[in-house]
Amino acid sequence: MFEQKKFTVSHAPFWHVGSSVSTRSYNIIFAALPAVLFGVFTYGIPAVGVIALSVSSAITWEIAFNKVAKRPPCIGDGNAAMIGLLLAMLLPATAPWWLVITGTFVAVIIGKQIYGGIGANPFNPVLVSLAILTLSWKNFLDFNEVLVNYDFSYPMAYPLASLKHFGVFAISNLKPAALLMGQQSGGIGAIFGLGLILGGIYLIIRGYIRWEISISFLAGVWITALLFNMADPAHYAGPVFHLVTGYTLIGAFFLATEDSSSPVNFIPMLIYGASAGVLTVLIRNIGAFADGVVFAILIANLINPLVDKIRPKALGKVI
Amino acid sequence: MIKRSFIGLIKPRMRYQAIELTPPEPRKIPAPKQVTLLLNEPYDPFGQGKSPQLKKGDPIKTGQKLALYEDSDAYVVSSATGTISALSALIGDFGRSYTAISIDVAENEEIDEQFPALVKDTSLETVKHFLTFIPGNLPDVILSPNGSSTPIETIVICGVDRDLLITANQHTVVKESSSVKRGVEILKQITGIDNIIIASPEHLMQDAGLSGAEVRVVNPVYPASLPKLIMRDLLGRVVPAGKTCEDLGVAFISVQAVASLGKAFNEGRIPVYKHFNLINKDGTSVLVSAIIGTPVRDIFAAFNIDAGEKDRIIFGGPMTGESIYSEDHPIQPDTDAVMIQDQKSLALVSDYPCINCSECIPICPAKIQVNMLVRFLEVGKYQEAADEYDLYSCIECGLCSFVCVSRIPILQYIKLAKYELGRISRAEETNV
Ligand code: SF4
Ligand code: SF4
Repeated sequence: MFEQKKFTVSHAPFWHVGSSVSTRSYNIIFAALPAVLFGVFTYGIPAVGVIALSVSSAITWEIAFNKVAKRPPCIGDGNAAMIGLLLAMLLPATAPWWLVITGTFVAVIIGKQIYGGIGANPFNPVLVSLAILTLSWKNFLDFNEVLVNYDFSYPMAYPLASLKHFGVFAISNLKPAALLMGQQSGGIGAIFGLGLILGGIYLIIRGYIRWEISISFLAGVWITALLFNMADPAHYAGPVFHLVTGYTLIGAFFLATEDSSSPVNFIPMLIYGASAGVLTVLIRNIGAFADGVVFAILIANLINPLVDKIRPKALGKVI
Repeated sequence: MIKRSFIGLIKPRMRYQAIELTPPEPRKIPAPKQVTLLLNEPYDPFGQGKSPQLKKGDPIKTGQKLALYEDSDAYVVSSATGTISALSALIGDFGRSYTAISIDVAENEEIDEQFPALVKDTSLETVKHFLTFIPGNLPDVILSPNGSSTPIETIVICGVDRDLLITANQHTVVKESSSVKRGVEILKQITGIDNIIIASPEHLMQDAGLSGAEVRVVNPVYPASLPKLIMRDLLGRVVPAGKTCEDLGVAFISVQAVASLGKAFNEGRIPVYKHFNLINKDGTSVLVSAIIGTPVRDIFAAFNIDAGEKDRIIFGGPMTGESIYSEDHPIQPDTDAVMIQDQKSLALVSDYPCINCSECIPICPAKIQVNMLVRFLEVGKYQEAADEYDLYSCIECGLCSFVCVSRIPILQYIKLAKYELGRISRAEETNV
């Protein structure tokens, strides 16, 4: 009995489907690539710079925090890289280096780590960061101002800003199909609507995002925009315009669907997605900002714990 | 191992293994040199103030009833003839303690006379005193129907297997229908319960019908054969959270136990061969028959399986089994499978937090908010977990751990929480 073999002893179940946090993050990064590559193609080297800096600084902040907080390193899960990439996709290609680094600091440290890390953040870290950047350095995120040096064959006015300041007339020459194909100004990875949709479909099929949220978000945008448009077509743009401009599509497939800050039950997912969609159009049409996606999703994040209380009755429970 | 499909939108459906219509005979393992019987009573020769009536060197016959003390209720039935070589204490999961009785097996088998002398009389007493340690395990609650808070009114015979890759119960339904039939008659006679139902897979309905019990069909997808889901789906009765099936007057028994009961009276001797599946490292599953008490070492040897350092040996199936420490661990009356996993292909758990990915939500048959539940369990807030997040609704199927992206050992947390809460409430009761 002295050479007793040591077996592995643990608890049931002894099988696992083989999924992991890192595959999830890397699949989301993969799904974002069409839109990201299109952005690089459109805006050139500055876009590459912003993306590279954003991803690398997000990872660096994560390592730094792990060190300071004496937690085991968790960059292997790909979450920091994903946050960095998503933030870069929302920024203009001309974003200065300090803005990017501040952005990733806010996203990784304030948006995620201080709440306890992955899975514990009540708000989408990328959006927390973008909201703070917008409020602090508005001019650096004003696409009309910062992209002024780019000259393409299509109008380079930020469509939502044109709509806000000059009304429906200013956008009457914009074709939805062209907008969908990325012929518009905006964030590096947010302009190529078709790419975002493809990425989103990929993620839905692979089960890495919850389709209920994406669909109800888009439905919320569409219906609200339609109602406004029907009430006063001279004043308010049609629903299709709202779907293909600004952050709507990246919001639907990459932002509203962030795991930790969104609900997990069916009805709550619909309420959450739809309210973010409705709020988006409300902010765009009657609020102070040109685009409403960022604040709309943050507000939806806020109500998430409440709506997610609507849950099915567990087995054997009477009340 | 079943892996996540490319299309992750579809949740994994794991079907139970269906037995062939004419299954081959199980591979019989020759009697080992030593058998070990686990008696459900702590071994504490110095603390009890009385000395055990069993001791090293005692001769034992096959079929002999062995109890630790003269007045103990707990006993085992020897599956072999020989002499006692050791008595020792064994600690199981969650503090359960047993006495391990090891017997060196002799060349010639001798059958103990006590049970054969009583075989004419199929009384509750005879069954109680000789036949609880039979292959399949006869649950106490059936033999003392008033021992439960509600008198037992219905007996459900499990003709389905509890876990994946197992066919032992199905094999009994197909191959031993006459013993099962006799067993059902005896059950009715000794308990006076007429309402006996057999839960069977669809393809075995006809064979199950031969038993004389009322046949009801179980869905072939895991975890439909777990008792609380059988209650809900086949009997239309939902067990309230925190209650057991017995509390509702329903007792479960495996079809193998029923067959053993019938066989004991048909043949006039206590059966000792247990059927179970051996699930090899490559996931193939074969039916094996060995006497109760055979160490797994002998079973591996018969199949040329090399159990190496850091491999995992599991008693039971991949979803609900228990892993064990030593190759000396014996086959027990309720062992339905022995599984070995290679060290290279172990699914290991991690200490990552829940990322709220929601994979566990649609898959939980008890509709528990597992994502919230684990947050409480991880920090030891068991009472809150029970009060607010339905800890006691869990039927312990393990599907949440199976799909968890963060690889949290969720089921382990759940079992631990129930155990701890149970301990606290027991302590409170005794303090009053
Ligand atoms: S083990 Fe997990 S999936 Fe199964 S019932 Fe319990 S909580 Fe639900
Ligand atoms: S599967 Fe695991 S990580 Fe995902 S929500 Fe459930 S407990 Fe959390």
